[in-house]
Order: sequence, then structure tokens, then C-alpha cells
Amino acid sequence: MAPSWNTPHPSRRCAPIHLLPQGEKGKRSPFVPIFLGERAPSRYLLRVTEQPRLAEQNAAVLLPEPFVKWFGEKGWSPRVHQLELLTKAQSGQSVLLIAPTGAGKTLAGFLPSLTELANRSRRKPGQAHRGIHTLYISPLKALAVDIERNLGKPVEEIGLPVTIETRTGDTPSHKRQRQKLAPPDILLTTPEQLALLIASNDAKRFFEDLRYVVLDELHSLVTSKRGHLLALGLARLRAFVPDLQTIGLSATVAEPDELRRWLVSQASPGAMSELIVVTGGAKPDISILDSEERVPWAGHSARYATPEIYREIKRHKTTLLFVNTRSQAELLFQELWRVNEDTLPIALHHGSLDVAQRRRVEKAMGENALRAIVATSTLDLGIDWGDVDLVVHVGAPKGASRLAQRIGRANHRMDEPSKAILIPANRFEVLECRAALDANYLGAQDTPPLVNGGLDVLAQHVLGCACGAPFHADALFDEVRTAAPYTSLDRPTFDRVIDFVATGGYALRNYERYARIRQTKEGLWRVSNPAVAQQYRLNVGTIIEVPALNVRYVQAGSRGAASRGGRVLGKIEEAFLETLTHGDTFMFAGKILRFEGIRENECFVSNAPGSDAKVPYYGGGKFPLSTYLAEQVRAMLDDPQRWRKLPEQVADWLRFQADKSVLPKRDDLLIETFPRGNRYYLVAYPFEGRLAHQTLGMLLTRRLDRAGAKPVGFVATDYSLAIWSLADMGWMFKNRKPSLATLFDQDMLGDDLEAWFADSWLLKRTFRNCALISGLIEKRHPGKEKSGRQVTISTDLIYDVLRSHEPDHILLQATRTDAATGLLDVSRLAEMLSRIHGRIMHKNLEQISPLAVPIMLEIGKMPVNGEADETLLMDAATLVEEAMGPEMTD
Amino acid sequence: MNFSLSRATLIAEADLVGIAGERAVCDRRGVLYFPDLRLLAVSDLHLEKGSSFARRGALIPPYDTGATLLRLQAVIADYQPRIVVSLGDSFHDGGGAERMHSSFRGQLQAMMAGRDWFWVAGNHDPEAPADLPGETVRELAIGSLLFRHEPSKTRVEGEISGHLHPCARIVQRGRSVRRRCFAGDGGRMIMPAFGAYTGSLNVLDRAYAGLFRLETLVAYMLGTERIFAISGSMLRPG
Repeated sequence: MAPSWNTPHPSRRCAPIHLLPQGEKGKRSPFVPIFLGERAPSRYLLRVTEQPRLAEQNAAVLLPEPFVKWFGEKGWSPRVHQLELLTKAQSGQSVLLIAPTGAGKTLAGFLPSLTELANRSRRKPGQAHRGIHTLYISPLKALAVDIERNLGKPVEEIGLPVTIETRTGDTPSHKRQRQKLAPPDILLTTPEQLALLIASNDAKRFFEDLRYVVLDELHSLVTSKRGHLLALGLARLRAFVPDLQTIGLSATVAEPDELRRWLVSQASPGAMSELIVVTGGAKPDISILDSEERVPWAGHSARYATPEIYREIKRHKTTLLFVNTRSQAELLFQELWRVNEDTLPIALHHGSLDVAQRRRVEKAMGENALRAIVATSTLDLGIDWGDVDLVVHVGAPKGASRLAQRIGRANHRMDEPSKAILIPANRFEVLECRAALDANYLGAQDTPPLVNGGLDVLAQHVLGCACGAPFHADALFDEVRTAAPYTSLDRPTFDRVIDFVATGGYALRNYERYARIRQTKEGLWRVSNPAVAQQYRLNVGTIIEVPALNVRYVQAGSRGAASRGGRVLGKIEEAFLETLTHGDTFMFAGKILRFEGIRENECFVSNAPGSDAKVPYYGGGKFPLSTYLAEQVRAMLDDPQRWRKLPEQVADWLRFQADKSVLPKRDDLLIETFPRGNRYYLVAYPFEGRLAHQTLGMLLTRRLDRAGAKPVGFVATDYSLAIWSLADMGWMFKNRKPSLATLFDQDMLGDDLEAWFADSWLLKRTFRNCALISGLIEKRHPGKEKSGRQVTISTDLIYDVLRSHEPDHILLQATRTDAATGLLDVSRLAEMLSRIHGRIMHKNLEQISPLAVPIMLEIGKMPVNGEADETLLMDAATLVEEAMGPEMTD
Repeated sequence: MNFSLSRATLIAEADLVGIAGERAVCDRRGVLYFPDLRLLAVSDLHLEKGSSFARRGALIPPYDTGATLLRLQAVIADYQPRIVVSLGDSFHDGGGAERMHSSFRGQLQAMMAGRDWFWVAGNHDPEAPADLPGETVRELAIGSLLFRHEPSKTRVEGEISGHLHPCARIVQRGRSVRRRCFAGDGGRMIMPAFGAYTGSLNVLDRAYAGLFRLETLVAYMLGTERIFAISGSMLRPG
């Protein structure tokens, strides 16, 4: 039998693995307060609180007696920043606390609430229920549940008369109703639930006693549309309770001031919360694996390093292995089990796995039953784990801040050095890892800058406000502009959003009679009927799921009804499954699976007989290389002194490049051209991330086509871009037909971009998200869920029609803005084009250069998306003609 | 798109198919033209689908009728048919014709002028459209052809129908391409939906079970420049 979490090849590895080792009970209680490691010796606590005596004095002043007593009983003392935050909060300020993992952030965040609630008089029988006192908002449901557990313990031990409850998508409706009538003192919830609470007609009463909003993992919340929705929700709460205080808890970020503005009303522009920064404990001990094996030119698997990784796992108690994509996680997990001669408990964790499966792994992890866990970003956020003493990062970290946060997972205590090993999967990643490593030591931060609030999110919020209570447009406009992401919103745009919410905002004013919100005689906007509010509640939120199918286990070869009832392994994107044929094998849930077929919303799979997955899956890197790291990599290429820190084989590679071609200067763009086979190649090295390169590739091929270069295809990686053509591009550039300067001119972001926008599948996907978030189309109907495909088709069609009839419609405007920052990374491309203006270095070569090898190896491996469907159809049609003769097509 | 081509060129260049002995052109824009009858067939226009949704609270752009009519106008201008058969579900619901914006109504009437126009009744629009000329029929037999909205359960040679909104999917080099299509086996033909907001259903879906001789099934997939005739054996479900 396979253990209850995942093991690959159950048939080959039959050794039972006990998930919960006997006799390990009580080693780590689930009720350990998150702010202090249980086994942390008290001398360590005294060391962190820099001036223990002063802190104790302060504590006595600030903390109610029961708290002081409780700290004393535990042999602990509050930390300086916890008391500092308490002082500021008690003086009426909102505060941003930036601290590394393990610094006791959560207790700090709740201390103002707990101390205030401790001093509050008890509710007398018969007295009306009080409203919510503190709202805690986290990006993850699981985090809310975790906090409930971890906060409940001290509250109970101190004997506080405080009720704590969670409210998430999983909360049963009877509990939600009870919460409305008898609200808890502290409500732990998510941004979506806040939006729902605001849209209910008793919102004002529900929140009238609200004192604090605690925002956890703020750095991760603010960068997405969820953050926009939350910012608007906060603005609404401030309208209900003007002296509301916010407490933001965040990991280290590049621009703390952005978050400080985010936390408070921008009625006076630029206003900022107070700031407390806890500089982080011991320096992490990070190294790059100096492999005895050859580091591959290309690829993302890091398969070469498996034995070395396994050796490290054996050497440590618990290892957390981070990868960037689901497919990398699957592959690494497989590879580790191939060499797992000691059958160490090694588990797999990523967002596509079945929830129950994930919970089992998390539980096993918390109980220290695992030796290693292979995970994707699902574990990035601050859930408390067992005793991790090593973090292995496979593949390049893509951003210095991300690396720092992931490494913070090890050793959840801030003053013991975290230990981490970086495993570059290919040679460029060696450079990137080196750059990230230098950055981590330097303390550099490259969290992405915040963007303006989405108009689709605003539309959702406007409808939500109307569902709560009728609003006046002037008042709501002022309110919305107090939210940091919307400070630069102008009135005409806001009015167009209202118009959109009311009747769709079309120039052809056809839908007046179907308006969702209408203006009363007094000028207030209100929902036109209760069904509108009901629909709104079902569609709230900004998280759009990619259409995905359940993956269900069946017996090999069985396709019919008899095969039903097998275990669900998780969900896979429909787009990937569509390319599979019966019998194809692929990796998922730590297993090699055989594709049996698709039936309705399920994909049937069985155990594959062999151990090789035929069909590779390229989820692509989710995180583009950060601008900061890109710059560091370019700097390193330009500085042979720094190559000494690199593994010898990589340094050699760069030396060869210098010899055979040239290495680009730090701010230059190197373009190489060379012939190969019967094609001509152009390879550019902008180091701006895959998304920007992909956009650049699309635009350049259009231009090259016009110039007569007959481009055939292109491929983009995080580091470079290769385009191949039938005409000799090297000759063309040398003779300035066209010159490279003309080819890379910034004007490509004008008409060419616009023309490409017209039919790009990327734009359609972005539009779909905007349409769903803005409420143009529904995510769900009461009772029946639309399948992903139906939604996709209809939004694509809607996009085509709207684009040709009203190209400046507000939703298309929102789509273009989104695409420019998101999928297409146009903004980054624009910066790059302006940087390289006059700094293009062309090297026309006889043959491929060493630096070009990695991307040349990607050709043919990576599917090029979207653009050449007609060619594929042509191939299919030609095949038929060849096979059957032309008469068949007549 | 090239609207200036003469009818002769259009037909010579397009894919001619045989349906129960009649010659027909599967036009890549989703209409079927019978040169010998000078008859143009179009199916599932679903006019006013946008406003039909808007009535129920989904305010999707009200331009679908305009978009559909514009495309229809283009093919009519190209072929100059004597007879036009709209194969049912011409309007998304019974009130569609009534709701239609006056400018669109004018556009449609101009197209209808000077030719025989048949509205075949569909499940969405069983009644004659309000205030529009043309003759409403349950089905229509011309020569060896039979025009009706829903394909018959039993095989009928020469039957031209719609209703199912066929599309087909192929996988080439690890990529999936899905397009609307005409689906035919030489005996009967099911037409793609023409309306701007119409979705589609794979010809391998259960809804098509028993309708075709599988060994001669061909999906005429709509390309941007031409039709691609793909044999049934190359098609993928889903």
C-alpha cells in the first residue's frame, strides 16, 4: 500500500512508510504561539530584545497585568518592536511592521487589540451584541485558520474574554448568519469575504465598532488585483469608521513607503502610516551548489544535481525544496525517488494537487514526519512549519526578495542563520543565482513596484457598494480616491465605470431598460432589483481560475462507466490535457500517469507501466526575472573579475564567448547573427525576462517580415531571444536594410503593438479576466457552474465584437493596461528599448556562439503559442491530401 | 478579405463539395452557396443574443447583431444569391426581432430586397420574426436538397441543417487548433453557426451520434484565408 501522502511508483516502492512515527507525540504541539519558537531557549529571547530591562519596564506600563503575568510564567518577555507597535497603536496611529519571519510579527499585530479587549467591560446579559472589534485579513484561508489556532492558545491562557472566529469560503452558512447576529471580537478572514461583508445591507452596523484592521503578508497582498479590491474595501471601512487604525505586517520590501501610504487614507495625498522595521537576525548561510557534474547548457530540470541534492537531504533533518513551476516540482520529486535508496519520507506539494492530499502533506510536515518536501510557491507564505533546517532552491530564484523570503522558511527563528543551497538548472541560472546571492548578502530588495488600481476591480466594488446601500457618486468618488491604488483616478473615468456598471457603458445606448443600478430622484445610485445583489455575491473576488479538469485514477485501459469512483489526484489545466492522446504518459501528483481519456469535467488516468513520461509539460516560469537581477547578471558578464566566484566550467564558457564572439557591456544589447542549417539566426540578449522577450519576439518578427527577412519562428527565455528566418539577417543589418537601430526603434510599441493586440490570444485571456472581475459576465450562476470552456469561447467572441465596434470601451482600456504590465510586460520592454537606444552591439558570426547555445537548445522543445494555427491546419489538411488523394477534399 | 472578387473567381477558388449530387461551395466565412440554384444558406444567426443576455442582467456588448449582419451583407454582396435560406435560430429568442435596433432592421431589409428569403423555424425562434418580410417555413425542399433546422435522427440524403454549431479540433505538433466547421459525409451537411456570439460543439460529441457515416466524415474547418478539409480520423474530441 502506498502511504497516505504521495509516493511515486507504488508498485516499485512497496516499503510502507509510516506517516506518523510512533513515540514522537507531544514533540511539537499545534498550539505553539507563532511568535516564539517553543524550543527557543530563554537566553535567546533576551538577546533579541536588545534592552531587556527597559523593555520589561515598558511592558509593565503598556501591558495589562494579566499579559505581564503570562509572559512571566512562560519565561518570555515581549520584544521591543512588539511594544513599540503597541505604543504607536495606543496613540492612535496606523503602523506598518516590517520584520523577517520568526520575529513575532503576528503577536505584535494583535497586541493592540488584545490589550484593548482585555480592558473592556464585559457585555452584560441582555445588552446588545457588540460589532467586530478587529478584522484580520490574510491572503490565504489556511493562514486564517492557522492564526485562529495559534492566537486562541495565549488568549485562553491569559484568560481574556475575547472571541476569535474565522470566516472564509468554507465557513458554513449557518455560522455566517450567526456571525452577523453575534459577531466575534476578532474576525479572521480574506479579502473576498471582506468584499462580501461590505456588500451586505447591514455592513455599516456590522462594522460600527471596528477598531483595528490587521493585514498579514501585506507585501504579497498589495501586488495583485486582490490588493486593489482590499484597498477599496478599506476605504469603505474608513468611511464607516473614520478613526479606524490599520496594522500592516510585511516581509522586507523594496519601497516601504508604498505600503505605508497603502495603509492610510490618501485624503491628504501622500499620508503614511508609522513604520517599524526589525532588521533581520543572522545572515543566512547560502551557497551555490558547486556540482561535480557538468552543468547543462539549457533546461530547467536540474536533473544532473539529483544525487547531490539527495546527499544533502540525508545530511539534514528536514529539507524544504523550492522550485518555480509545478512541472519542475513533479520532475524533481520523481528524480529524488529514483535515487531514494533509503526510502526517506519525501513528499510533494503544489497548488494543483487535491486539497485533501495537500493537507495530509502539511500535517505530516507540521509533525516533523517528513525528511523533505518538494514545493512550489504554495508554501511561500508564512504558514508555520516543522523543523526545517535546510532550504534547497532548485532553478534560479528570479528575484532577490523572493529568494530571501523563501530562505526565511528555514529555521523559523530570526536570529539563527538559515541554511540554503541554490541549485542552478543551467548555465545562465548559475549567473542568476550568483547575482541573487550577492543581492541577498547586500540586502537588496526587488519586490515589484505597485501599479494603479484596476478599473475592472473598481467596477466590481462600485456594484458591491450599491448592493450594500445606495450611494452618491460624488461621495463614492472621494472615498475611492482615498485608497492608495486609486489616488490618480480621474472623475471622467470614474463616471465611465459607473456607467459601465449601470448599463454596460456602450456608445450604442441600448440597455437603459436593463440597468443594474439606477439613479433615484435624489441622485443616489441603487441596485434596480434584488437579483442583482444576489448575482454579485456569487461573483465577488478577483481570483480567476484557469479552466481545469479533475484528474481521476482508473484502471489501465478502462474508459467506460465501470472505471468510475477512483481517487481524484488534483486538477490540470484543460489547455495541457487537450494536447494529449489516449496512451500518452505524463507526470502529475508525483506519479507517471497514462492518459485514458476525458469525460465531461474529468480526465481519466491510470498508472503508466514504464517510468518515463513522454509528454513534457511546460508551465513556463511563473515569475519573470526581476529587473534588478537582470541588471546584476549583465554587470557580471561585463566584469571578468567577478567570474572567479563562478564555477570553473561556467567561467570557461564565458571566456569562450569572449573569444568566439563578444560579451555585452553592462548597458548594451548584444545581437548575434549566424547561419545554421538552411536558416539564418538572430539571437538577442536583453535579460529582461521571458514575458518581455516574448512580446519583443512577436513585434520583431512582424517588422522583419515587412523588411523581407522571411522570419519563420522565434523562441524566448528569461535571458535571450532567438529568431530564425529564410533570408540572411546578418547581411541585411550590415547593409542597413534595415539597420538594427531602426529595427529596435521604440516606435515598435506604437502601431505594431496595436496591430498585434488585435488578435493576440494573450489579450483575449486578459480580457476574459477583466470581463469576469468587472462583472460583465458571470463566474457562476446560482445552482450551476459554467465550465471554463463556455466562458472562454464567449469572452473571445465578445472581445472580437467589442474591439471592432467600440475599441475605446472602458473594459478594453482596462485590458490593455493589464496586458501592458502583466502578460506582455510592455512597460519593461519600453524601458529596455529606451536603455539600449544607440547601444546595440552587432556581431555577425560564421557559426553559433557559446552564449547562444542555451537558447538554440530550446528551439523545438518549447511550443510557440498562438500565432501559427493556420499552418498547423494546413499541415493537417495536406496530410489528408497526401494520404487520400485530392478527391477526398472535394 | 477580398470583396472585389467576381463570383466566378470565388467559386473557382473555393472548395466545392458534393451533397446528394448538388454542387456547393463551403465558404470559409461559414455560409454554403449552391451556384446552380443561386441559393445561399446560412445557419444559426442568433441575432439579438446580446440583448437577450442583457435582459437577464449580463450586459454584454450590444454589437453582435450589427457584426453578424455586416458579415452576412458581405457574403450576399459577393454571391448575389437569388434565394437565401436562414436555417433557423435566426433570432436568439422570440422577442429578438422586436428588440432589434431600427438601424439593424433597415440593414436587414435592404439585404432581403429583391430575393426570395426563407426563415426556417428553429428551436429559439419557432414563430415568424416580427415585422420582417420573408417566408417562415418548418422545412424547405429544393431539388434533391432538404433544408431544416435540426438534423433528422434518421439519415436523410441531401439534408442541410444547423442547430448543433459544429466545430472540430485537431492536434498537430503538440498544439491544439479548434475551429468552427461544416460537417459532411457526402450525404448530409451540418452547417456552422454564423452568429457573432455563437459558441460551438465538437463534431465528435455524443450529440452527433449516428448522424454521419464515420468513414466518410469530413470537417471543413474555417480558416482565415480558406477552408481546411480534415478527415474524421484526424479529429479529436473535446
